[in-house]
Amino acid sequence: MDQQPLIEFRNVTKRFGERTILDGVNLSIYAGEVTTIIGLSGTGKSVTLKHIIGLLKPDSGEILYRGQPINRMSKQEWTDYISRISYMFQNNALFDSMTVFENVALPLKRTTNLSRKEIESKAMTRIEQAELREVAHKYPSEISGGMQKRAALARAMVTDPQIVLFDEPTTGQDPIRKNAILQMIAQYKKKFGFTAILISHEIPDVFFISNRVLALYGKQIVFQGTPEELENFDHPFQDEIVRSLENFAEELTGLYSRRHFKIRYQTDLAKRSDDSYAVLVFSFDNMDAIGEAVNQDAAQQVLRSLGTYIRKHFGAVGGFSTRQTINEFATILPFSDLDEAKRILDNFVKDFREQGMAEVSSVFNEKVNADACFDFSISVGMAQGKSQVEIESVIEFARFNKQPIANFQCEARRIPS
Amino acid sequence: MGEESLPEISGAPAAAKEKGSIVATLFNPFGGFAIRLNNDLGAMFIFFTRAFALIFHPKQFVEIINQIYFIGARSASIVMLVGFFTGMVLGLQLYYVMNKFGAVGFLGTAVALSLIRELGPVLCAIMITARAGSAMTAEIGIQRISEQIDALTTMRIDPLGYLISPRIAAAIISFPILTALFDLVGIFGGYVSGVVLLGGDSGAYLYRMDASVDWVDVRGGFIKSVVFAILVITLCCFQGYFTHMRRDSYGAKSVSLSTTSAVVLSCVMILVSDYVVTSFLL
Repeated sequence: MDQQPLIEFRNVTKRFGERTILDGVNLSIYAGEVTTIIGLSGTGKSVTLKHIIGLLKPDSGEILYRGQPINRMSKQEWTDYISRISYMFQNNALFDSMTVFENVALPLKRTTNLSRKEIESKAMTRIEQAELREVAHKYPSEISGGMQKRAALARAMVTDPQIVLFDEPTTGQDPIRKNAILQMIAQYKKKFGFTAILISHEIPDVFFISNRVLALYGKQIVFQGTPEELENFDHPFQDEIVRSLENFAEELTGLYSRRHFKIRYQTDLAKRSDDSYAVLVFSFDNMDAIGEAVNQDAAQQVLRSLGTYIRKHFGAVGGFSTRQTINEFATILPFSDLDEAKRILDNFVKDFREQGMAEVSSVFNEKVNADACFDFSISVGMAQGKSQVEIESVIEFARFNKQPIANFQCEARRIPS
Repeated sequence: MGEESLPEISGAPAAAKEKGSIVATLFNPFGGFAIRLNNDLGAMFIFFTRAFALIFHPKQFVEIINQIYFIGARSASIVMLVGFFTGMVLGLQLYYVMNKFGAVGFLGTAVALSLIRELGPVLCAIMITARAGSAMTAEIGIQRISEQIDALTTMRIDPLGYLISPRIAAAIISFPILTALFDLVGIFGGYVSGVVLLGGDSGAYLYRMDASVDWVDVRGGFIKSVVFAILVITLCCFQGYFTHMRRDSYGAKSVSLSTTSAVVLSCVMILVSDYVVTSFLL
């Protein structure tokens, strides 16, 4: 990448007493991307993040912001730099003697000259976006762990930062919430255009929203690249860390992770030379609309229910599926041709429309008024593959043939078409 | 590289160590203590001056008022209670002693001067330490260990300015007022025990008190109370703020130990500084 990194570490070493935590770390973070730092617990991920915001200083080496060393910045430059960054702490670090609203409003109150009304409206907007309106005047100890996490997120976002550092934002959340928080980060990033740097253990879920992954192993960064590049990264890190952190099945949908899906494909199909198989690609379009109109949890619930129905119908006949991207699933039916796949798909569509969508619409109707308006649809594409053909190209072909199978429109919210 | 140079470095002191090992064993702890004390005093001085400089910021006003309420207003009742009984005991004891010399007429003088010059500022400061100082250390300590202070830094809010400065300002304002309150109620307490209960002369008590107390005495008392305010609040806040730097404990335990040290050190420093300030004032 020839673009200048936004933040760069050059040979950064950090010791606590006798213990060396970081030993000559080199890394680059680019503007406008979501960069995820992965690694086992206690290997210095939070320490790395704290160096960026100046809470820790390196023993040797340099940290550069747009090419300028941050330790040699003038007071004014440092203030400008730090005012662009927000930090969401692993344990939230909410002020426990203040209400959620006071917590969110504090940075504005102390660092800006906005009027009381402006501060109130800005803070309330963020609180509403984090779905905390009802608990805005409660103290952190009176609300659930998930709500505290979202309050910390709202506080980190209230100053409209350009760089946001998230230290394990999803720890301790249930699968739907985890994915909802990740989705919220991705959506905020799209909306406000900030650069996100996050620490997460949620492999593979976090890869769906990450542009770049940094792997911290043995006190150094051993890998920098896209999540796809990480799949082909041949290093002990891959065996020790990625495989130990990665769940066999994705927590949210219960489907195979992408890597296990590939392994299953290679063991089941690649060896057989004669058979053909069917590939189906499901996509959940306009997912952000649900996130905005209802909430991120509802969007994740639709994804989960879609995953469940795919598993129920296609798993029963020997098919296996994975979540390809944030809103796309792929299924392989090893012994089926397109006609048979079509028959199973018809059953799936019938069942999903009658049962699945009814569950989904009940979720929506619980959360929003009947007059709230949003559209989304679910589409499916099919293709036939042969074992000699690369699976990616078959999936690509199926993607190309996508047709909508269920539309969920504003005027037909209660009776999906 | 490190390994090669290691024998060289450790060689010379090893020989010296053998020679002076008894002396070193005896004096090392003192030396270490002196260095630590020196470092702590220096750090505390910088801590105070930085926090003091940040008092004069327009955004501090509301926080200072809040702290005056917490340190000042909320301590008033306990200060008055202690003041009243101190005055009563003084009235009682001095009446008993003065009666032996036939000097009961000077009871007002004795009670008023001992309260205004000495007991008022000292006891009042000790009471505020117990009530507000300990709470301050614990609160700031918990904020430190739960990363709330780090969170302030990441939000570009100077933790010294936000947490410490308003407390110092509020203490400088509250301590003299509370001391005055203590003195007033104490003199009244002396009146109750010496005059109302033991039958001393009311007019003599009030006249002697009025005639003998000079502006110099009152000023001395106020100077002491301001010195105590600065000492107590700086010590208590410093202990809480640097809870995480303690080497003897971690987490909740370190907060409890910091609170204990803050209260004990404050009380000791009040008495030590009382002697120093008094010797300068006399």
